[in-house]
This record gives sequence, structure tokens and C-alpha cells, in this order.
Amino acid sequence: MHGFANPARFLRLARWLTPALLLSGLVLTGAALAWGLFEVPPERLQGETVRILFIHVPTAWLGMAGWMAIAVASLTELVWRHPLAGIAARAAAVPGATFTAICLASGSLWGRPAWGTWWVWDGRLTSMLVLLFLYFGYIALANAVDQEGGSPRIPALFGLVGAVNIPIIHYSVIWWNSLHQPPSLTMGGSAMAGPFLVPLLVAALGFSLLFAGVVLARMRALLAMVQADARLRRKALEA
Amino acid sequence: MKEALDQWHYVIAAYGVAAVGTLALVVWSWLTMVAAERRREQSRHR
Repeated sequence: MHGFANPARFLRLARWLTPALLLSGLVLTGAALAWGLFEVPPERLQGETVRILFIHVPTAWLGMAGWMAIAVASLTELVWRHPLAGIAARAAAVPGATFTAICLASGSLWGRPAWGTWWVWDGRLTSMLVLLFLYFGYIALANAVDQEGGSPRIPALFGLVGAVNIPIIHYSVIWWNSLHQPPSLTMGGSAMAGPFLVPLLVAALGFSLLFAGVVLARMRALLAMVQADARLRRKALEA
Repeated sequence: MKEALDQWHYVIAAYGVAAVGTLALVVWSWLTMVAAERRREQSRHR
């Protein structure tokens, strides 16, 4: 891990990995969504709306995984002072927020025909909405620290504390009564039939590749901005 | 029959939101990266 603390080494890897991840992610996600739309049969109880599964579930996983990435990178930044850890945490925030927003929107569009309502203030939906607001807060805080100056430890601490919400999201459907169903896919197995499970896993892999590609692109952008600013500042001092 | 047609409206809306959101994220991230790296190269020659 510390081998990639060197930005030059990171850039050598990221230059070919970014387009590779984005292109493979686009192809795989497009194929999985076409599969979900046109090939998967309607479900016995949910009918055609089951197709929303292939968007809703991967984006929910990635919304939560994005915050876990922020928490791990923040811990690495605080403990080991890894030079790229803070940049990685900032880079994961926008894709994490986007996928959380897509999860909430697709869930709402699924809830209306399935439950008869767009929204309920139960544990799962509310904690997922809290996650979106945490992302907004993190992005605003990180931007304020970059622009106004301040300790980069502040967003790192916020990232660590916000991780408390992740187990709450996960266990919300077990701890509290909810219209939302409990998890169908766990480490112990799947309650889902094969025709739904396989395209779901392909969609999850495709969205994950896109997420990773976007994080790398944003890391490269943030690193380039820092390097350009530092170079211009140095030249201004020399002049 | 009417119910099935209504269900498709929700499905298409969800896929539309996901496609637009994801593509916008990918394109914006790529363009931001290209612009930032171009600025870094220009800062070398200033």
C-alpha cells in the first residue's frame, strides 16, 4: 500500500487503469441493465417492477461502500499520513453521493407501485437519506478546507465519525419494523432465484468498475490541481 | 393490462434516472480530470 504513496508511481498505474475501468464498467453495466430490462422475466408478486432491483441494489451497496472507502482512507490519512489517502477520501465522496441519490430515487420509484407510497420515514429509508446528507456535509467541509485553508484532519474526522451510520443502514431492517424487505443476499447465501441473481451480480460488478474508474479520475484531477497550484505558487515566489 | 403498463412507467423512469446520473458522473469526472491535467502541464511552461 505504501508503495503507492508515491504520486508518480500512482499516476503511472492510474493512467491506463482509469479508461480501462470506465470502459469495462460502461460495457458491463449497459449489458446488465439491458439484460434486466429485456431478458429477465417479471416476478410473481412484484411483476415488472422487479427490474428496478438491478439499479437499486448495486447503487445502495456502492453508496455505503463509498462511505466505507472515505472512512478507511481517512483513518489511513490520520494514522499513517499517507499522501494520497486524503485525496482518495475526497475522490470517493461525489460518486458515493451520486449512487446514494440514484438508490433513493430508484427506491422511491419502486416503492410507489410496490408499497403504494413514494416514501416512508422508516429506519432503512431515513438512514439512507442521512447518508446522502453526510456526503453533502463531507463535500462542503472538504471544499471549505481546500479553499479557505484549515486542517485536513477535520474532514478526515468527519469521515470516520460518519461511518457509524453504515451499520445502522445495514441492520435497520432487522432492528425496526419496516416496509423495506430484509436482505435477500447475505454472506450465508441467497434467497433470490438464479434469473434475478446473475444479472444483479453482473450489474453490481459493472457499477463497481464505474465507481472505481470515477474515483481514479477524480484522484488524478485533485492531484493535478494540487501540483499545478504548488508549481504556480513556487514560481510566483521565485519571480 | 393497465397495471402492467403503469409498472413499466416506473421501471423506465428508474432506468432513466440511473442512466442520466451515471453517465453525467462519468463524463463530468473525465472532463474535470482532463482539464486539471492540462492546467498542470501549462503550469510547467509558464
